[in-house]
Parts: sequence; C-alpha cells; structure tokens
Amino acid sequence: MSDPVSLTDHPVREASSTPPAPGRSRHLSDRWLTVAFISPALLLLLAMSVFPLLWALYLSFTDYSATRGGPATFVWFENFTAILTSAQVHMRAFTTLLYVVGAVTLQTVLGFSIAYLISRRVRGRGVLTTLFLVPMMLSPVVVGLFWRFMLDAQFGVINSMLGSLGLGQVEWLTKQNTALISLIVVDTWQWTPFIMLIALAGLTAVPKYLYEAASIDRASEWFRFRTITLPLVWPLLLIAVLFRAIEAFRLFDLVYILTSGGPGVSTETLSFHVYKVAFLGFNTGTASAYGILMVLIVIVLAQLYMRYLNKLKED
Amino acid sequence: MAVSVNEAVSAGPAPDQRPPGRRRRGRGRVAIEVAVLAVLAAVMLFPVLWMIETSIKENRDVYAIPAKFFDFTITLDHFKDVFVASGGGPSTLSGSFLNSVIVAGVSTVLATVLGVPAAWAYSRFSVKAKKDQLFFILSTRFMPPVVVVIPIFLMYRQVGLFDTKLGLILIYTAFNVPFTIWMMKGFVDEVPAEYEDAAMLDGYTRLQAFWKFTLPLLLPGIAATAVFALIFSWNEFVFAIFLTSSDAVRTAPPAIAGLIGGTTVDWGLVAAASIVFALPVLVFSYLVRKHLVAGVTLGAVRR
Repeated sequence: MSDPVSLTDHPVREASSTPPAPGRSRHLSDRWLTVAFISPALLLLLAMSVFPLLWALYLSFTDYSATRGGPATFVWFENFTAILTSAQVHMRAFTTLLYVVGAVTLQTVLGFSIAYLISRRVRGRGVLTTLFLVPMMLSPVVVGLFWRFMLDAQFGVINSMLGSLGLGQVEWLTKQNTALISLIVVDTWQWTPFIMLIALAGLTAVPKYLYEAASIDRASEWFRFRTITLPLVWPLLLIAVLFRAIEAFRLFDLVYILTSGGPGVSTETLSFHVYKVAFLGFNTGTASAYGILMVLIVIVLAQLYMRYLNKLKED
Repeated sequence: MAVSVNEAVSAGPAPDQRPPGRRRRGRGRVAIEVAVLAVLAAVMLFPVLWMIETSIKENRDVYAIPAKFFDFTITLDHFKDVFVASGGGPSTLSGSFLNSVIVAGVSTVLATVLGVPAAWAYSRFSVKAKKDQLFFILSTRFMPPVVVVIPIFLMYRQVGLFDTKLGLILIYTAFNVPFTIWMMKGFVDEVPAEYEDAAMLDGYTRLQAFWKFTLPLLLPGIAATAVFALIFSWNEFVFAIFLTSSDAVRTAPPAIAGLIGGTTVDWGLVAAASIVFALPVLVFSYLVRKHLVAGVTLGAVRR
C-alpha cells in the first residue's frame, strides 16, 4: 500500500521552469484547490481506515484483551506464529478456500451461461435482465434470513418440495457436509446476477462485424464462441471473478445469519473465526494479528484486481 | 461510455441468414434456450416470490406441511406488526427503520460532499502518484469489515461514539467515500475539461468554472452515485451490529436479524419486515439501472 501520509501535504513540488505571471497564479490556485478538495476525503479515510488498521497492527504485537483491560504487554510475533501454526486456523482457511472456490466457480459458470443465453435473445432482454438482477440488490441479511426459512428441515419449502417429489428430507443447515454446500448455494443465488451483469456488458460489447465475418466463413458456432466471444469477454469476466473472490473471502454476514459457523465449525470461514476470537473470546491481540494477515491477503487480491483493471483500460 | 442494461437490450444479434434446413434446427434450439432461461429465471425468482407469499399468509399457513403455494388466506397483519407494536404505538422495528433512514441519508450526503470535489480534483489536475492514491482509496473499501470493526470498536469505546448514530454515520461515510470518488471520477472524465478552460478565458476562476459549468453537468452522475451509496449504507450489517447495542440506535438490518433470536420465530413478520426493508432498494436500483455495472464494481468497471 502506498504511504498515505505523504499525500495530504504534498504540494511542495516546485515548478522547475517558472511560467509567466498570470499562468503561475492560476497554477497556484489549481494546486490549492487540489489540496482543498482532496484532503478532507483523505483525512477521513486516514482517521477511519488507516488509523484503525495501524492500531490493529500495534495490538497484534501485544496480548491486549478488550474485556480484561489493563495495559497491553508486547509479545512480538507470538500472536502471528500462534495463528500460522494453529491447526484450527488451517481448517478455517481450508473451509474458506472451499467456499470461495466453490461459490465463485458456480457463479461464474451460471452467470456467464445466463448472460450468453440472454445476449442471444432479441425480445424481452430488458425484462429478463432486470428480473435476474433482483437477488444481487438485496441485503445479505434479507437473503440469509430468507434462505434460512426456506432451508428449514421441518417446515422449509425446499424440503416440502423434495417431499412431494418423493425424495427424502435433507437437513440443509444442520448437517456437517450439507451446511457448507447450502452456504455456497445461497451465495451463488445472490451473486450469479453480478457475474451475469458484467458478462452481459462484455458480450454486448463484442463488435457484430466479427460474427458476420465468421458466418461468411461458415465457421461453426463453437469455433465462433471459442475464438471471438471468449477472448473478448474474458478480461472483463476475470475482473468480475476477482471482485467476487475478494467479496467472498471477506464475507461475514451471510455466515452469521445462515449458520453462525455451525454445525460444529463446518461453515466457519476465516472472517467468522476472527469474529469469534475477537468478540466471543476477547483475545483482541490475537484477533488483530489474525485480521492483519487477512488484510494482507486482501491487499494481494486487490493488487491483482487493479492490475487487470489497468490492463483492461489500456486496451 | 458506461454499459447499461438498456444498451444491452437494444443491440440484437445479426439477422438470421442461414439456409432453411439450418434455420429449422435453429428454431428448436431457440425453444430449448428459451426454456432453459425460463427455468433459471423461475429458480432465481422463487425465493423472492416465496418471501412475498409468506408475508401475506396467516401464521398457520406459514408453517403448513406440505407448504401451501396457492390456497391460503391473505392477511396484512404481518405488515401491520412491522410498524405497530402489539400494545399500539410504534414498534421497535419502525424505530430502527427510522434510524436506518437517518444514518444512510446523512452518511450519503457526507460521502457525496467529500467525494465529488475529490473526484473532480483527481480527474482534472496532475496529482503526485495519482494511480497509487486511487488504488489506496479503493483498497480501503476492500478491507474485511470484521477486521476493521475490532479497532473501530475500541476507538469508539474510548471516545464515546459506541452505540451512537454519529459513530455509524462516520464509518459509513468513510466506507462510501472511496466508492464515490471512483464512481464520480468516471463521470467527471466524461465532461470535457475544455468547458472549464473556456469559462476561465471568460474571466471565471477555476472554482467558479467548476461550480457554474461542470457541476450542473455532473448532477445526474451525482444522483446515481448517491443512490448507490444510499443502498450500500442501507444494506450494511457488520458495522451496524457490532457498533450499536440499544434499540434507540440500532438500524434495520441488525433489528431484522434480531427477530430470529428467540425460541420461536415469527417468519411471517420476518418476511414482511424484509420486504419493507428491501422494497426501497429495489425501486432505487431500478432508477439507476443504467449505471449498475459501474455501481456494483465500486466505479471500477466502465467502458
């Protein structure tokens, strides 16, 4: 991350060649405006994002506890080594990986397929797109609550439908191996529209003459898809996938409402585990170290995201 | 040029110029594709429809086994319960909705006031390490909320902002400013800088040129950006649940989530509250549908 402190008081770069007098005063006022317009926003971010993270960084080297209070004593890298060598954390990391990969893969495949099918329709596109987008705009709270009701083993509508089809009842949220699948399904339901929306933007941006040229050459549909559609949509799709991966990695609310990490710890992602360590165990120091490690992962992912974004803009 | 749903609607595929034999096979394929789309749309929309049904069912129909899809008595009692307490007077939920309106509204206004000028400055002037600054700004928005909330919680406890609306407003503003800057920068980039140059030749200062000429052109973009910021704050849950504790301050998402805390859950009430909560979001997002791609990627993707 770039050092934000140097940003706010930077207008010291003196112009090497002195411009003529009127231009100079305008230049100065521009510089003044830049500082006046940018610094309030940056100051807020410094106070509300950077300062807390620096504080968390400090706490991560101590054994501070929010309930016990008292002065924090330095334990240096103890928290970090404890986390990185903990089998519990490894398991959470594996759960998170399963969840992120499972959900994002499903969303990408489904979202792209829907976008592809919609892009081939002429009539009803607008209505279809609008309808498909509804889940994405809902709050995770609403989504989580509602699926919890629908997946309820006793009077949930999903089991009721399975029953009328003559299939057995499934304990969606209360069995170890189905709970994570349910979580993935719900997340996929909510975020497939996201991939669909962006894929659709990419698909409609493919120039029509390319397809026309290909159909003159009597190229097969699969060939056209593989050589025209996919290469042109792929960069945009990749950005959508990375974005979703970051969001899925830091997801908390859906887990909290749908399963609370249970049954057992089968759906406890890293985000949820941090919460437990911080707010139920009150090991603030450990939780901070844990959080800092998560922030590092997010920064790496965000770097990747920005790199692809820049690439897309340059093309 | 931002890709919008409307644009996606207008552009059709190339006219069908295939020989008749192929076209017949094509028609069968079209039927299959339409059927697949219809099934997928039904699957995507079923939970929403089920939520609406549950909210207007009587309690005994809500818990009916097997589930009742059509033959149930319609009641609006759940919606009444959302707003009116059982003893008369406003319910706790209605109070939390009001809190949500205040917190989301004020934080959106603040984020817009802070973000729009910054976006304009980033777009117009050469700023040292502009790319790094913009990356830094966006990356603050990517931080996991559960992690950020730990030090914020300690900080708020120290300065007395814990369990206050002001505390929530501040954190929501900080979390919307990066989005506002990114989204608005795109809109400012679309307004030619020459307008301001021309105004300045006419004797206006840079600030006046911004205020009198650029800002009016940015208004639709500002409106769209503000609507997204409003939706993000309205839907936010993690900060809301960890930074508030009393009903007087609690916003709607944690209040609705709190409905399932007890031993028995009134799912009709949950459904009704969810609908009341989600309806404004759906209406607002329909209004900004042209900018959805940019909005949901935090202003990063626009082509």
